[in-house]
Amino acid sequence: MNRHLISAADLSRDEAILILDTTAELASAAGRPIRKLPTLRGLTVVNCFYEDSTRTRTSFEAAAKRLSADVINFSAKGSSVAKGESLKDTALTLEAMGTDAVIIRHSASGAAHTLARWVTGSVVNAGDGTHEHPTQALLDAFTMRQRLSGGERGLGLDGVRVTIVGDVLHSRVARSNVLLLSTLGAEVTLVAPPTLMPYAVETWPCKVSYDLDTELRKTDVVMMLRVQQERMSAAYFPSVREYRRRYGLDAGRMALLPDHAIVMHPGPMNRGVEIAAEVADSPRSTIVAQVSNGVIVRMAVLYLLLGGAGEGARA
Amino acid sequence: MCAMRPEPGHESGAAQPGSWKAVLTPEEIRRALSRIAHEILERTHGGEGVVLLGIPTRGVYLARRLAERIGEFEGTPAPYGSLDVTMHRDDLRLRPARPLRRTEVPPDGVDGKTVVLVDDVLFSGRTVRAALDALNDLGRPRAVQLAVLVDRGHRELPIRADYVGKNLPTAQREVVRVLLTEKDGEDSVLLGERDQ
Repeated sequence: MNRHLISAADLSRDEAILILDTTAELASAAGRPIRKLPTLRGLTVVNCFYEDSTRTRTSFEAAAKRLSADVINFSAKGSSVAKGESLKDTALTLEAMGTDAVIIRHSASGAAHTLARWVTGSVVNAGDGTHEHPTQALLDAFTMRQRLSGGERGLGLDGVRVTIVGDVLHSRVARSNVLLLSTLGAEVTLVAPPTLMPYAVETWPCKVSYDLDTELRKTDVVMMLRVQQERMSAAYFPSVREYRRRYGLDAGRMALLPDHAIVMHPGPMNRGVEIAAEVADSPRSTIVAQVSNGVIVRMAVLYLLLGGAGEGARA
Repeated sequence: MCAMRPEPGHESGAAQPGSWKAVLTPEEIRRALSRIAHEILERTHGGEGVVLLGIPTRGVYLARRLAERIGEFEGTPAPYGSLDVTMHRDDLRLRPARPLRRTEVPPDGVDGKTVVLVDDVLFSGRTVRAALDALNDLGRPRAVQLAVLVDRGHRELPIRADYVGKNLPTAQREVVRVLLTEKDGEDSVLLGERDQ
């Protein structure tokens, strides 16, 4: 594997399946009473979060701690960043303290890629602006494989039909998922209001549709995206009510899905906007499983990036 | 990424013909496993509370064979499983990250049991040390014993096998290969030289 995990596009099919298989083996150990493994003892992982996050930051922290790494949490609030320190200076400071991996979330697209040029350790992208969030895509792929094909080792997601619905424009989750899922052989369809479809979406390895009800009848997975009002600088749809009526998933729409289909959401949810509460809490929803799988997927990623000799850097 | 390189001096897999010398025939492997099964029964007073845990890959097949043998001799097969030691190895940083293997413990667990670890080749002893640590995470066995098909010497840790199929004096540069029908299509133990 590369030294860094910046984009889901960096992963080959074999590498992605290796991460999913490693996750599967770790998941089988997660039920046992002692859940701490000694593998990354003595390594330091820095959680560098320039944007608010609960589940991703705690998930990475739990993953690193379960592998016995030392974790330093660094958030922009209450740090030198609030005094105006640049990303580069922060990176060099962390570098001077000797860190083996930096997990970074930043509001600027490309921040993780830029950081990777400045530090010698591994960089894991935990979300950069509206660009990518590869570990979210990995945990989604793992959850799909677990629920739809019984979690068989060695398999991709060949032929699985995935419909991603909502604010694709602002969603790094959607981009990473399209890239990873198509690498794994799934057929992805994006459904969104035309105003929330990204520029040049026709170059993405997926189909595009504007009619949710038609797509729901022939999909195995429906992934609802959060309407990211904090990133919206203009009016992308007339009203929340109109959005909900055309692109929200309620119990009536859920009934259109084939019997085996699952409902996913990367969280945090806007209940009553893109997803109705009764859908989010239904047995078809994998939202809670996604969170617990998230810790294990991130353990697998940290293990594969840091557990071996790497491509020469660490000895 | 993560290329699976074979263990140094402990390689398994299909052998090239010619450069390898067979040191155990299928018949001899069968007899050695039968003898080990009898010894386990003898040492544990009829196999009471015995759990066989194989170390992947080939140790798991050997554990299953021993469990079946014990079943033939005593009527009830011994519970068996597999124990992945990757995350507990002391040489992880020496090469690219390795894929994890499966850990499966019989439903009754290992607490209070006599666990017999099973591996194909005993060499430096480092795999067994990692196995003892991994086992520690699963519970507290009453006793832990070690069964190996081949003991080739050159220990780097104070570890000794309780049950040995064959003691095989080797030179450090030599390589021992264990082939098992379940994985390799034939039963055989081969001795060869490295870098051939």
